[in-house]
Amino acid sequence: MLQYIRTRLLLTIPVLLGVSLVTFSILHLIPGDPARILLGDMGGGSAAGDISDEAYENLREELGLNDPYPVQYGNYLKNALTGDFGRSFQTNRDVRDSIFEVLPYTLQLTITGLGFAILFGGILGIIAALNRNTWIDSLTMIFSLFGLAMPSFWLGFILIQFFALRWTIFPSTGTEGWRTLVLPALTLGLVASGTVARLVRSTMLEVLNQEYVTVARSKGLRERAVILRHALRNALIPVVTIVGLQFGGLLSGAVIIETVFARRGLGRLAADAVLSRDFPMVQGTILFAAFGYVLINLLVDLSYAWLDPRIKYR
Amino acid sequence: MERNIAAGAPTLALPVVKARSRRRDFVHGLLRNKGALAGLIILLLLILGAVFAPVIATHDPIMIDPPQRTQPPSRDHLLGTDAFGRDIFSRVVHGARISLPVGLVAVSIAATVGAILGLIAGYYGRWADGIIMRIIDIMLAFPNIMLALVIVAILGPSIRNVMIAVGIGEIPRYTRLIRGQVLSARELLYVEAAKVIGVPTSKIMYRHILPNVVSPVVVLATLSVGSAILAAAGLSFLGLGAQPPRPEWGAMLADGRQFLSSHWWVATMPGIAIAITVLSINMLGDGLRDILDPRTRT
Repeated sequence: MLQYIRTRLLLTIPVLLGVSLVTFSILHLIPGDPARILLGDMGGGSAAGDISDEAYENLREELGLNDPYPVQYGNYLKNALTGDFGRSFQTNRDVRDSIFEVLPYTLQLTITGLGFAILFGGILGIIAALNRNTWIDSLTMIFSLFGLAMPSFWLGFILIQFFALRWTIFPSTGTEGWRTLVLPALTLGLVASGTVARLVRSTMLEVLNQEYVTVARSKGLRERAVILRHALRNALIPVVTIVGLQFGGLLSGAVIIETVFARRGLGRLAADAVLSRDFPMVQGTILFAAFGYVLINLLVDLSYAWLDPRIKYR
Repeated sequence: MERNIAAGAPTLALPVVKARSRRRDFVHGLLRNKGALAGLIILLLLILGAVFAPVIATHDPIMIDPPQRTQPPSRDHLLGTDAFGRDIFSRVVHGARISLPVGLVAVSIAATVGAILGLIAGYYGRWADGIIMRIIDIMLAFPNIMLALVIVAILGPSIRNVMIAVGIGEIPRYTRLIRGQVLSARELLYVEAAKVIGVPTSKIMYRHILPNVVSPVVVLATLSVGSAILAAAGLSFLGLGAQPPRPEWGAMLADGRQFLSSHWWVATMPGIAIAITVLSINMLGDGLRDILDPRTRT
């Protein structure tokens, strides 16, 4: 077990380095000179020609753009590790502060959404598996097909139309208070529940075919006990994998959902930064999201090994 | 289980299966699978709609007509008009000319690059495998849309760049799938035999290994056209893809946002268009999986 954890941790390091190299490269791959873009953006309408050569050279020096690439990358990495992602081109605020300010909102959204998805998709998947090849099964599978085909932003609009505008039960926009969380989390959860339902159905079917389920049945246990105690428990192990797989999808989903519901959050911060060419913010948000995603996958892998002793600790 | 055995029996009786009968099996399977057939028919209709969009559309999709703005669906404007008086039906029909090719091109990029990387990694193993799979790991570390955001941030917002971004984002799935398939195909006896008699590596890959991995790739490709269309529409919705006044479905939905309470049809129609398109592709993809690759059935 310890060996496995150690290997898995060591394998994470090159991935994180690679991720940081990618976000570092953003600033150097964009067409044009970052210093000019920055001066142009902050000049507030003044033509690019007005910028004095001295100001430009000073800024290049300040941003470290005159150093060789490896040195720049080293500095970038050092700063990133100490939580210094630079300052926003747009607001001149510290990127880290901006991220930490909105992070709780994104976490609330993704975790509640994930909860909805597991609850809703799990129940549907189990019902479908228990009623295999009946109309109930077909109906739930058609539902999950729709879930997979539905653009999340459109589903969000539909929920807004009914629950916010027509019946005014929940607010359609905003970030404060649990009531603003309901519709976005529901949107995120419903879209993901299609995938969850399919996965739970297939693992449940697999488990129901296992010998220990037959044994449990033949020794005269009530059906409910067979399902809950023998089948479901084993079918739940892959749900942990689902959590890992879905989390990236939920983070991606959050980018769009936060825009739909005009919520503050990491995804919207990143999307807005791309739109306004605020590169330090793009680098910071994406590096942060990717690091978070890698770490969650790491935790999922470790807990999977812990839950399922059949996994070899290489 | 019983059905599988029954279906397998004729092939057991005839050890030599000709290509033509395999094709006939495929067509039969497709005709028997109601979902796949329905998906295929809807998809063909959508493709026809895209090809003949200028004929089908009743109005110019980008012509602004202020007196006609936000009209409800009527005989003249089948699906109503948007805030600029543009005919939504015409825009939705023309939108198929953007979304369908976007999905196809993105998946072509992903499948081609993914297949080459997967073949190299699986066949050569060792350091080639190590380097390629580490790159794939790094790509997988980015949640899908985040990777697309990186690429759009570098290249700038446009529908072409969205195609590239979504395509690159899908590469890892293909590389992993094909690598896995190649690893098992490499051990097959006839591949060993070909190696022993000195067949060049490129020919072994093309003639002996590639045909083994085609089925699962076709299934994955079909299913990922749907998710690529969704992702591209999402990026356009965010303003990072198709730029106005192009009639892209995701962008049209974004335009309809401010009219949700007063003019519901502006956002609803492009939403339905996306959902139907992706649904038909997924139904076809699911059917293809059942027919071509029953092992991976979920």
